[in-house]
Order: sequence, then C-alpha cells, then structure tokens
Amino acid sequence: MSLRTPLGRVLGLGTAKDGTEHWWAQRVSSVALLLLGLWFIFALVIRNGLVYTDVLAFIAQPLNAVLLCVLCLTLGYHSYLGVQVVIEDYVHARAVKIVALLLSRFAHVLVAITAVYAILMIGSGA
Amino acid sequence: MTLSILHRVTGVAMSMGLIVLVVWLVAAAAGSAEYERFVELMASPLGRLLLIGWSFAFFFHLMNGVRHLVWDSGRGFEVRHVIASAYFVIVATVLVTGSFWQIVS
Repeated sequence: MSLRTPLGRVLGLGTAKDGTEHWWAQRVSSVALLLLGLWFIFALVIRNGLVYTDVLAFIAQPLNAVLLCVLCLTLGYHSYLGVQVVIEDYVHARAVKIVALLLSRFAHVLVAITAVYAILMIGSGA
Repeated sequence: MTLSILHRVTGVAMSMGLIVLVVWLVAAAAGSAEYERFVELMASPLGRLLLIGWSFAFFFHLMNGVRHLVWDSGRGFEVRHVIASAYFVIVATVLVTGSFWQIVS
C-alpha cells in the first residue's frame, strides 16, 4: 500500500514532451554535417592532403579553423543524439541505461571540447 | 529494412571514429613526432582496415541520411521507390568509397 495519490504516481511518467525537438535537432545537425562533411573530405583530405605541415597550414587559415571547430562540435552533438537513441532503444536495465547515457554525454562533451582546443592550439601556432 | 539497422551501426561506428579524429587533431597540435607516430599507427594493416571501414560508414551514412531526409519530407515511400533507393545507396557507397581511396592513395 502506498500513500501516494493516483495523480502523484503518474505525474512525470507521461510523454517525454521533447521528442519533436530531439528529432528536429537530429535533422538540422544532419544537414549541417552533410555540408561540413563534404567540405572536410574535399577541401582537407583530398585537396589539401594530410601531410603534417600541410595540415598545420590548412588549420592556420582562420576560416578553415572555424569550420573545423563547427564540424567537430556538430559531430559531437549529432553523435550524442544518435547514441542516446541507440542506448534508449537497446539498453533496458534502468540503472545501466542511466549510467550509459551519462557516460555517453560526458564522453561526447570531452571529445568535442578536446577537438576545439586542439584546433585552436594549431590555429594560434602554439 | 536491412539498411535501417546499418544506418545505426555505421553511426555508432563513426561515434567511435570521432575519438580517433580527435586523437589525430591532438597529435597535430602536439608536434611532428607525435603526428608521424599517429600516421604510422593508421598506416598499419589494422589502422588501414579501420580507416576504410570508417570511410565506408561515412559515405553510407551520408547517402542513406539523405534518403531519410527525403522520407521525412513525405516522399519516396512507395515500395518500389524504397527498394530502388536502397540499391542506389549501396552501389553508390561502394563506388564512392572505392574512388575516394583511388584518389587518396
């Protein structure tokens, strides 16, 4: 027997209320990545090449550094949204799911910030 | 059908590849010796295999993603269109990944 009222039990257990936003954020970031991804492949990997000095010269250009930062942040965001859905769909044990979601979020923030930090280091010639 | 799960598999694979992308940036920031060590690592058979896998995942996810965006607009739902676009994505991914490596290597 619980002292909680029927209303108290169901409050907060309804819809997540933010499903549409999650879905929309995934699409918006996918369009950004479509453009930035193609830019990365053509401008950096194919046209510039991945030789050490060439990579430094590429990132030394402010526009390239900014686009690369935006690419890494968007990648982290889109990846986080995707992995979140995968965890929610396939991990059913509540505790494991919460820990996995937390770790995924931490890891994605860490990776994205590290990328930006490295790009700024290269861009500033440090 | 099958491509739907492949979209997720390639997505998760690239999420892991994101770590390698960042290691590459950090190596570039660290200096030429560190960068060369990273290049050496990725030039190994396992490194090559991973890079080819990630490039395949990238082109597949990109093209199948466009397919999903078209569906989101409410178009292309007819069964024959779904099957046709599925084959298009598979063939295009193989061709694009192949020519990418032809250009790069």
